[in-house]
Amino acid sequence: MVAACGGTPTPNEATSTKNTPTEVAPRAVAVKQAHGIPMGSFDELEYLFHLDTDTTYIINFWATWCKPCVAELPYFEQLTAAYADQPVKVRLISLDFPKQIESRLLPFIEKNQLQSEVWVLDDPDANSWIDKVSPQWSGAIPATVVYRRDQRGFWEQSFESYEELNTIVKPFIKN
Amino acid sequence: MLIGLALLGTGMTACSTASNEEGNAEATTTSEADVNVNQAPEAQAVAVNNEADQLTGYQVGDKATDFKLMGTDDKEHSLGDMADVKGYVITFTCNHCPYSVLYEDRLIDFHNAYAAKGYPVIAINPNDPRVQPEDSIELMKERAKEKSFPFLYLFDEGQAIYPQYGATRTPHVFLLDKDMVVRYIGAIDNNAREASAVTEKYLEKAIEALEAGQQPDPNFTKAVGCTIKAKKS
Repeated sequence: MVAACGGTPTPNEATSTKNTPTEVAPRAVAVKQAHGIPMGSFDELEYLFHLDTDTTYIINFWATWCKPCVAELPYFEQLTAAYADQPVKVRLISLDFPKQIESRLLPFIEKNQLQSEVWVLDDPDANSWIDKVSPQWSGAIPATVVYRRDQRGFWEQSFESYEELNTIVKPFIKN
Repeated sequence: MLIGLALLGTGMTACSTASNEEGNAEATTTSEADVNVNQAPEAQAVAVNNEADQLTGYQVGDKATDFKLMGTDDKEHSLGDMADVKGYVITFTCNHCPYSVLYEDRLIDFHNAYAAKGYPVIAINPNDPRVQPEDSIELMKERAKEKSFPFLYLFDEGQAIYPQYGATRTPHVFLLDKDMVVRYIGAIDNNAREASAVTEKYLEKAIEALEAGQQPDPNFTKAVGCTIKAKKS
């Protein structure tokens, strides 16, 4: 854990080049920033679910008001730390409303010193995009996608330990 | 209370705060953090895994079973007891969930408009108050009084009913016709955040379809919501 800290990526940077130089938004989409947090509609953020790189992406839907989401965040943070030197990227997609970014989300990130990237999905028409994340998703949060290239999994559940989360992530990581 | 913070601390204690300064520089300039894991509205850090339940439950066309549940009026209610109805707007909802709260006024308006036409709202709180103390029957009564709910607000004590329906989140609507056949499942409309920005009133449209003797289209929609809080077995 200590060793991993040195490799902590800059949080909330839309186009980190650490592991994934090809990871940029397609079509010259400029992802908006709200108070330093990348924010967009589902159309604007959809490319995050289809990046064709060697990186394993762990994408967690959460919100500051969602207690089971907040309870499992430490395990995602542990993933970020544990795999800092490997092509593994945790993205926390917040469903906090835009007007709560400054009043709730930023203080939350600061208070808990989140190291994983935080994005905001600002798209009220959830029925139009829930199936695009996964047809298995009913819409309840927390929910988590893990993928690497064409290998993909979806979990509409809470993780109750780091080990439980790591168990589903491990099979995706390129050896 | 301290569980969340303690967990957030694990695995990160060795990391210097310096690494946060860049990414969160803007955060440090905001007023003192007034939100933390201890103040999140959902009260208990008990994780829930309802993954198995999602695969079961009613689909459109299934006949729903009746139930007998206690309401905030201290009486037990069954669908079969309701006279002169043409359908039932079964809405799994609760006190604590911000998405449920966002829909409270809309549900009130909905009931006021549609109960007289034969489609009463029947709200059911599916959460276990041992996991989510804000959703106890006592606090349901308080909320019903505060908001003067014109509809029944029932408590799924023992959590036998929501899994039969296949509810996975709050709010989650099941529209039944007079024969208790499920005709629509899903969201009330397409914008939880702003009632004024709604462009698709799914539930209203579904009832209008039933009234016209047609199949609702769509008859199934999804929405973001809170997980139903079940006691961990």
